[in-house]
Amino acid sequence: MSLKPTDVRNIAHLARLHIDEADIDRYAADLSSILDLVDQMNQIDSSGVAPLSNPLDATQRLRDDEVTETDQRDKFQKIAPDVEQGLYRVPKVIE
Amino acid sequence: MAASITEIKRGLNKGEFSSVEITQDYLARIARHNPALNCFISVTDEIALEQARAADAALAKGEVAPLTGVPLAHKDLFCTDGVKTTCASRILDNFIAPYDATVIENFKRDGAVMLGKTNMDEFAMGSSNENSSYGNVANPWNTEHVPGGSSGGSAAAVAAGLAPGATGTDTGGSIRQPAALCGVTGIKPTYGRVSRYGMIAYGSSLDQGGPFARSAEDCALLLQTMSGFDGRDSTSAEQPAPDYSGALGQGIEGLKIGLPKEYFADGLDGRIAGVIETAIDELRKLGAEIVDVSLPNTGLSIPTYYVIAMAECSSNLSRFDGVRFGHRCEHPVDLEDLYKRSRGEGFGAEVKRRIMIGTYALSAGYYDAYYLKAQQLRRMIKQDFQQAFDDVDLILGPTTPETAFKIGAKTDDPVSMYLQDIYTISLNLAGLPGMSLPVGFSDGLPVGMQLIGNYFDEAGLLNAAHSYQQVSDWHLQVPEAFQ
Repeated sequence: MSLKPTDVRNIAHLARLHIDEADIDRYAADLSSILDLVDQMNQIDSSGVAPLSNPLDATQRLRDDEVTETDQRDKFQKIAPDVEQGLYRVPKVIE
Repeated sequence: MAASITEIKRGLNKGEFSSVEITQDYLARIARHNPALNCFISVTDEIALEQARAADAALAKGEVAPLTGVPLAHKDLFCTDGVKTTCASRILDNFIAPYDATVIENFKRDGAVMLGKTNMDEFAMGSSNENSSYGNVANPWNTEHVPGGSSGGSAAAVAAGLAPGATGTDTGGSIRQPAALCGVTGIKPTYGRVSRYGMIAYGSSLDQGGPFARSAEDCALLLQTMSGFDGRDSTSAEQPAPDYSGALGQGIEGLKIGLPKEYFADGLDGRIAGVIETAIDELRKLGAEIVDVSLPNTGLSIPTYYVIAMAECSSNLSRFDGVRFGHRCEHPVDLEDLYKRSRGEGFGAEVKRRIMIGTYALSAGYYDAYYLKAQQLRRMIKQDFQQAFDDVDLILGPTTPETAFKIGAKTDDPVSMYLQDIYTISLNLAGLPGMSLPVGFSDGLPVGMQLIGNYFDEAGLLNAAHSYQQVSDWHLQVPEAFQ
């Protein structure tokens, strides 16, 4: 499996990651070699095997619908990069 | 200086020394040796001494909890309220956690003292501790070699006597592999045994916390504090933890131990195989019955693991967006630019590789070929173990295919680094408990032996390791420069 520079740019966009243009070729080579390793999975026929997502085959535990968390807005916003009047500030998204 | 947690507990309870004294001793050792080893990202001296003073006051009143006054180090992946928690990443360099992980809360409840937060591979992604934005960690047995990873700082700190015990996490071998490479004892419990609440997530269906210490006896004490059901972790197992220390000393007479032939095949350093053979002979002398087993899908565990781990990491690490906490880039022109540059500047190369592979594997049109296929193979790998455990009580093999390699030896080739995890990662896929204990040396570097237990049988693992450590002294060896 060989990824081209355009594939890397596309994946990086999907992952919202900025990659320097100078590093694109290196990532294309590294990611291609990882995908070669991963392609070894195709040596085995696994058709009909039920996929395993939780190693103990556990299902989601439910809890009573009770309030357990208290409001800690001030504590949490103290570590935020940019807040104003209890809100997180980001660049303008609506014209 | 007392080397083991068991001895420290005894000394504190008898009043032979105070928690403040022993804590100061460890802080002094950290100040002296950390510059050469780089085990710690943060040393929390003030908190340590405050906790030690409180422990001494409690001891004076006869209020003794299981670890009152015992100093320990924590992997910098466990959230610690009011203390910097970086995951060895630039993106969290300014992150002061606003709450304690359950594991940290448990250690506070049981009276332990926190010496500091240990170095690691960024977001626990790595097998050499070279992927840390705070610099690599050196192996105390030879400082030109890696300590293993991802919990390399914790393993090296225990090996060099900078802490008598430490916490780690294990997603594909990140406790057992550095334990092997640094010559200490470490255990990864069954998935769900230790709460993942406040343990910064990498691969949520694989991650488990566990302890490092010099001996199985000490690991039993630490695991007791770490274990237990936690309603705040949706995958926490509703299983009461047994008395691990009480289960030690039962011996291993009649215990049936399986050797998977795939773990002794091509790729294993012959000198490691020789050291493991000698340890197996010791177990035979102790009465264990050694039989052959087979785990036929072992070779598939690396590709399967990397698809699942990378898919889960690409999802988990999407929370680092530069909006609510962590690093934010300068002067973003719009929201997309804020996300992309904050993440691009904040994450290191290996983390970016894994996020991108995970994103690719989960993207439209590729899901069945990668993620679904990997989940099917995951079940086949688990079934291999289940079949083996129909016939045996424990499974045994090497922890790693080679001893600690030189710093820089594998950094140019991510895939060669991944192959280091061949014997450890299948346990995470299956959710089984495993541990590594030192059983000898090869060219002056420690060799680790891995014991694999059935689900929730950490007590059986610890008992077998303890039995071996009663008749061997590999776990008592200390590198000359750190005696």
